[in-house]
Amino acid sequence: MAYRHFEAIEKNVGLLGILIAIMVSIGGLAEITPLFMRAHEVRAPSGVKPYDPLRLAGRDVYVREGCYLCHSQMIRALRAETERYGHYSIAEESVYDRPFQWGSKRTGPDLARIGGKYSDQWHVLHLMNPRQVVPQSNMPGYPWLATARIDAQDIQARMRGLRKLGDPYSDADIASVPDAVKDKTELDALVTYLQGLGIRNEPTTMPSATPATDGGEP
Amino acid sequence: MQVIEYYDDKVVRLFLLAAAVWGIVGMSVGVYAAAELMWPALNFDIPWLTFSRIRPDHTFGVIFAFGGSALMGTCYYVVQRTGHTRLALPRLAELTFWGWQLVCVLAMTTMPLGITQSKEYAEPEWFVDILIAVVWVSFGAVFFGTLARRRIRHIYVANWYYGAFIIAVGLLHIVNNIALPVSLTKSYPVYSGVVDAMVEWWYGHNAVAFFLTAGFLGMMYYFVPRQAQQPLWSYRFSIVNFWALISVYMWAGSHHLMYTALPDWVQSVGMAFSLVLLMPSWGSAANGLFTFNGSWARLKNDAAAKFMVMSLVFYAAATFEGSMMAIKTVNSLSHYTDWTIAHVHSGSIGWVAMITIGSLYAMAPRALGQPAMYSQKAMEVHFWLHIMGLLMYVGSMWTAGVTEGVMWRATNADGSLTYSFLDSLIAIRPMYLIRWMGGVLVVSGMVVMAWNLWHTAADARARIIKPIPVPIPEPDPDQIPSPIPAVS
Repeated sequence: MAYRHFEAIEKNVGLLGILIAIMVSIGGLAEITPLFMRAHEVRAPSGVKPYDPLRLAGRDVYVREGCYLCHSQMIRALRAETERYGHYSIAEESVYDRPFQWGSKRTGPDLARIGGKYSDQWHVLHLMNPRQVVPQSNMPGYPWLATARIDAQDIQARMRGLRKLGDPYSDADIASVPDAVKDKTELDALVTYLQGLGIRNEPTTMPSATPATDGGEP
Repeated sequence: MQVIEYYDDKVVRLFLLAAAVWGIVGMSVGVYAAAELMWPALNFDIPWLTFSRIRPDHTFGVIFAFGGSALMGTCYYVVQRTGHTRLALPRLAELTFWGWQLVCVLAMTTMPLGITQSKEYAEPEWFVDILIAVVWVSFGAVFFGTLARRRIRHIYVANWYYGAFIIAVGLLHIVNNIALPVSLTKSYPVYSGVVDAMVEWWYGHNAVAFFLTAGFLGMMYYFVPRQAQQPLWSYRFSIVNFWALISVYMWAGSHHLMYTALPDWVQSVGMAFSLVLLMPSWGSAANGLFTFNGSWARLKNDAAAKFMVMSLVFYAAATFEGSMMAIKTVNSLSHYTDWTIAHVHSGSIGWVAMITIGSLYAMAPRALGQPAMYSQKAMEVHFWLHIMGLLMYVGSMWTAGVTEGVMWRATNADGSLTYSFLDSLIAIRPMYLIRWMGGVLVVSGMVVMAWNLWHTAADARARIIKPIPVPIPEPDPDQIPSPIPAVS
């Protein structure tokens, strides 16, 4: 191409802007569109349910406190990882995670399958002051969670919002909130959420024959 | 009658001040967060002082408040100089300044209070996001409006990068933050799970690409030739690199999700494009460095040029490292460790902060009506504090990252794991101390810069500096739209 073709771009701000917009859109469209299409086909497996009221409240505490900055929830398909943390994470396990909390840094260990590994009492002590149970830990304490109550109306508003986004909450689910969170603190909710991680949504059949990272046809 | 027109430098000076202040604020928060990893009791059981609450303040403060203010200020400066024109919408330009400061204050006060989306680098909640979008569109209007009515027909390459930065960041910000508010302080993203992860890292990676790279390359392409007092080494090479950089970067986001539940093909595509990305990255770095050919002697006495050259060296180093870390085999070791932290900071303290500081030192005297910065010695001190801090930071975090990676995967002869997670944390503790000390040095340098800028701005504060007239070239009768009419 002769230089004059480029010259046209170099002297025309409208053309330059449009070409920039096109060039920066291609990559994102190519990678996100197929995933977005597939997300509507992928149904949650029977074991994976939307978060019940108390776990949802706990998850939102986890999100609010920014736990993802030091803890991942994504066990990679690598031997050393599955040895340490359990079965590698699969896509279906996080279909109800808004936002996803896979994390990008492990200052502390992965939490994708932390549920059931410690007692509720251990988690309470650990969240109040981690050094009570792990003297060498550098995790901060979160004692304020023990005094903050869960607001049932707030959780109901959140569940209605999530229903609008497609999560299958029934009217009965939403009506059950006041009983489920009665007298519960944010600490109770967070411990319940942690204790459910990897328990109620672990793949029931070990899909060893079909690697989790296989996205099907490219 | 000859009408005299002046450059609109007031908004540039305001952004200069904001950049100096936010630089100190953002980096100080980082130093405190680093201290908390060493001494966890430092949160004093106060929610808003806790590591997980203030870490987003550090990233937002440094990237968007410090970097954003520096980018917008230099952008307004460069587009006027390269187009021989004043700003098209001066009132709106000043509004973008106050709007952006409001965004930064709102974001940095709400996030520690727990009002956060917890999407990395996009933490501010929906009401801040809307404000960001409004300010950003206004910024685009001022920039492209000025560019459209310039007096020099050819659009200088620095503006290409600033333009791509504005368009792409607007696109990324809006797509990634589409959410449904359920109350004033809480929203849920429309994406969930894997799709949310892909959208987030498409955003996160390209925030690096277009905020921390394209924008600062715009800065580099204007201020490096200016400081070297030589034309750019190859103008055409800069254009080729431009198209390669902006199109390839957008594909590479999935390298943040290697070996995760993201489909394999997306991971592999991300890795392939990350390797290709090395070429335009090194192309830009080489172009900047070669521009100093014939004027390397300048490095002896010119601290601004030192900052620029070292920033380009770190740009080349960090982009090479980034491409290597995108290789799945390397990533399996480096991911989730402090190596990532080392990489980010060799890019941010090395490339982004140093090109910004160099450009600010080059721009500030001109914008403040002075022949030079107040103290050359202070610039020199700043340079060495910054370099020492940078090397301590990056060196310690590399060591920590590789230590973690190796310890996490070590196995005994029977296949069981050699180390507990806690073993790796104990092993890297000394590195956390060195990192904190490196951070202290970098912040000290920023304080020295602020002091120097304050004294350089003495005349500007006393309002006794003269505005700089625009050199008006011969009018081009065919130009559509016509240039901005001059006002006296």
